[in-house]
Amino acid sequence: MLKVNRLSKTFGGVKAVQDVSFAVRAGTIHAVIGPNGAGKTTLFNLITGVYTPSDGEIVFDGAAAAGTSPDQLARRGMSRTFQNLQVCMNMSAIENVMVGAHLQLDTGLLAGMLRLPRLGNADRACRAEAQRLMEFVGVGKYRDTHASQMPYGALKRLEIARALAARPKLLLLDEPAAGLNHTETGEIEALIRKVADSGVTVVLVEHDMKLVMNLSDHILVLDYGRKLAEGTAAEVRANPDVVAAYLGASA
Amino acid sequence: MTMKPTTRGLILLAVVLAALPLALPNAYYYDVAIRIAINACVAIGLNLLIGYTGQISLGHAGFFGIGAYASAILTAHYGWPPGLALLAGGTATGALAFAVARPILKLKGHYLAMATLGLGIILSIVIVNETAITGGPDGMSVDAFSVLGLPIAGDGAWYCAVAVLLILVTKTALNLIDSPAGRALQAIHGSEIAARVAGVDTTAFKVRIFVLSAVLASVMGSLTAHYVGFLTPGVAGFFHSIELVTMVVLGGMASVFGSILGAAVLTMLPQLLSALEGWETVVFGLILMLTMIFLPRGIVPTLRLKLAKREN
Amino acid sequence: MLPDFLQFLFSGVTVGAMYALAALGFSLIYNASGVINFAQGEFIMLGGMSAAFLAQAGIPLPLAIGLAVLIAAAVGLLVEKLAIEPAGNAEVVTLIIITIGASLTLRGLVQVFLGKATHALPAFSGEAPIAILGATLLPQSLWVIGVSVALVAALAAFFGGTRLGKAMLATAHNKLAAQLVGVNTRFILLFSFGLSAALGAMGGILVAPITYTSYDVGIMMGLKGFVAATLGGLGSGVGAIAGGLLLGVVEALTAGYVSSAYKDATPFVLILLILFFLPQGLFGKKTTDRV
Repeated sequence: MLKVNRLSKTFGGVKAVQDVSFAVRAGTIHAVIGPNGAGKTTLFNLITGVYTPSDGEIVFDGAAAAGTSPDQLARRGMSRTFQNLQVCMNMSAIENVMVGAHLQLDTGLLAGMLRLPRLGNADRACRAEAQRLMEFVGVGKYRDTHASQMPYGALKRLEIARALAARPKLLLLDEPAAGLNHTETGEIEALIRKVADSGVTVVLVEHDMKLVMNLSDHILVLDYGRKLAEGTAAEVRANPDVVAAYLGASA
Repeated sequence: MTMKPTTRGLILLAVVLAALPLALPNAYYYDVAIRIAINACVAIGLNLLIGYTGQISLGHAGFFGIGAYASAILTAHYGWPPGLALLAGGTATGALAFAVARPILKLKGHYLAMATLGLGIILSIVIVNETAITGGPDGMSVDAFSVLGLPIAGDGAWYCAVAVLLILVTKTALNLIDSPAGRALQAIHGSEIAARVAGVDTTAFKVRIFVLSAVLASVMGSLTAHYVGFLTPGVAGFFHSIELVTMVVLGGMASVFGSILGAAVLTMLPQLLSALEGWETVVFGLILMLTMIFLPRGIVPTLRLKLAKREN
Repeated sequence: MLPDFLQFLFSGVTVGAMYALAALGFSLIYNASGVINFAQGEFIMLGGMSAAFLAQAGIPLPLAIGLAVLIAAAVGLLVEKLAIEPAGNAEVVTLIIITIGASLTLRGLVQVFLGKATHALPAFSGEAPIAILGATLLPQSLWVIGVSVALVAALAAFFGGTRLGKAMLATAHNKLAAQLVGVNTRFILLFSFGLSAALGAMGGILVAPITYTSYDVGIMMGLKGFVAATLGGLGSGVGAIAGGLLLGVVEALTAGYVSSAYKDATPFVLILLILFFLPQGLFGKKTTDRV
């Protein structure tokens, strides 16, 4: 599904990501872990087109993807959430999710202004689907709530609903459990498993080791922008370099 | 079946517009009403850009001016029919807006404000300097408007025309907001990066809404020129651009009905202050500051919030 | 050929020095808060107008100048206290509109209380033009350039040598970090406004004998000052000076060689070009957004 080959990104003098290579098989849950500053979010931003690589290549679903813009990647079936929660606080919850379905709808300005009957029908269907997605992620009761009124945990899940509305093949989750308490983390874990079971390939960046170990089919460990280790949960847990880097404290 | 609040608002607007002539005592009031309707249309278009899409334009009067002067010059100097001149003005504005939109809308915040400001001022200076065609600072007179030979003259006819226009503009704006395109625009304001990963071509949308609001301003400029019958370069000037932004800001960003209210208040204000020369600028300045400090969302959205809170 | 060019160069550098002072004012406030103060032009106007009125009222010129600078500085502090501070952490668009509102209010008040007439300030040391290589240089121009250089030197000493100056630099680099080490960033912002107003006013006073002054000179001065600041790179002191001088000279050369009617359009054409091709300006830093 996703192949990354010798990917590098340098900012000024800082080598944020250095010579990273890995592959993600379709239908699996793949985690990227590492201490703070290891380059995880930079890696995500490179894959999702927010940054352009300094070197290396990215292949998504069989076609080259390095430097492609995020909206183009969305067209090809890639979707993501953000570490610092990029929810549109100026819209209602359901409208946020409906934005996720942007590529499936007629988005012409003129069509919007004239509000032709077929647009009205498509909108109603979109709204129903968005409602279903909100229930899938567990925030169904917030349907008409304004995003600015929703609690943090609900917003995290709303963002996932928005990402799912695009019907992606590959979903990247940047710290989905950040800022959540123990119960909420458990709920997110269950949700991610549900998403993966529905056929979406998932790549996630996470600090919560229990979540990572429970969910992941495959783990990539980064440190100082370089690949430190790669393998199944058991393999990574046993790797002495990884343990040395930081695992010992939090597992 | 419960009616959507926006439908209620639209019906209310239609009722008010239809009933207003019964309440207006004389031509002076008709004039104010017509000017309000015209300003409201421009303000709605500008609000789509500023309030909904989160961009800024401090030079919109420039587009208004292009439409106004295009209509004036083409009809007076070249004998074009007014309808055609209006279309030409709108097309020229659209082309200019499209040409500058992509590079300008890559900018954000202050830089975007500065670029739109610069554009507006350049247009204004051109109008002032090209005295031979535009009449320069002394202005030029404009022929009456007519569609296919039928003149629109007199307050009654103009009032009907702009009232219908206002309803149309309001309805299409409301339609747009509640559509995928409208949600994409608002998402650009909410989180541009989130919109992009959802597949929204944010640059294309920003350009489109910029051009749309510019063309709307141009068309209203053309109509104003014919209605007033006389044009001065001030219509394209910096102060007019600020007036338009104030209408949007005061009435309510991201509120179509707010823009109508803002236009109403700020069109009537100079009439009320005409006796107190100089204070007009002060009052405008104070309104801008006080609104942004105490009512940052504008009048209509703040009222709406208060009503919602009371219901809870 | 040469005399003409020199003439344009002299007038360009003279007005450019004023733009540079205005640009420094913009950069100061931008560094302290990220706010672009659209009212900066009105501080320039206030300087010239106050000095003109005080001088006309019989106050000796040096005292009038000093008082005018103080008045402008006080107004700057008021604007920050009454308009900027209450807005808290508002959006960029909101702050822009607030400063535009402040600018309108100031201009309107001056128009109401001091009238619409144009005023002149007496030249500091006489009006006998000095001949240089066929071109004439007004003694006032020397004052403009000289005082501007002195002010810039004083600012450099202030930022490099005093605690307050260094605190301001720290705030410019990283506001949060500065707060964490105990810098009172609110005070820094207040002080920036006062200092910017004083700088702008000084610029306005220096050129008032040449360009005259009235209630509405603020708009253009302010906008051009902002253009100069952006040209040189918002937030950069060196950039502000370079941008100001560059703008002044380009404007004068355009007026002389191309068309004097479109002189005022030059800054805005320049700003569009800069924003399109080199948005960080000549000396500014390129930034990437963290997501």
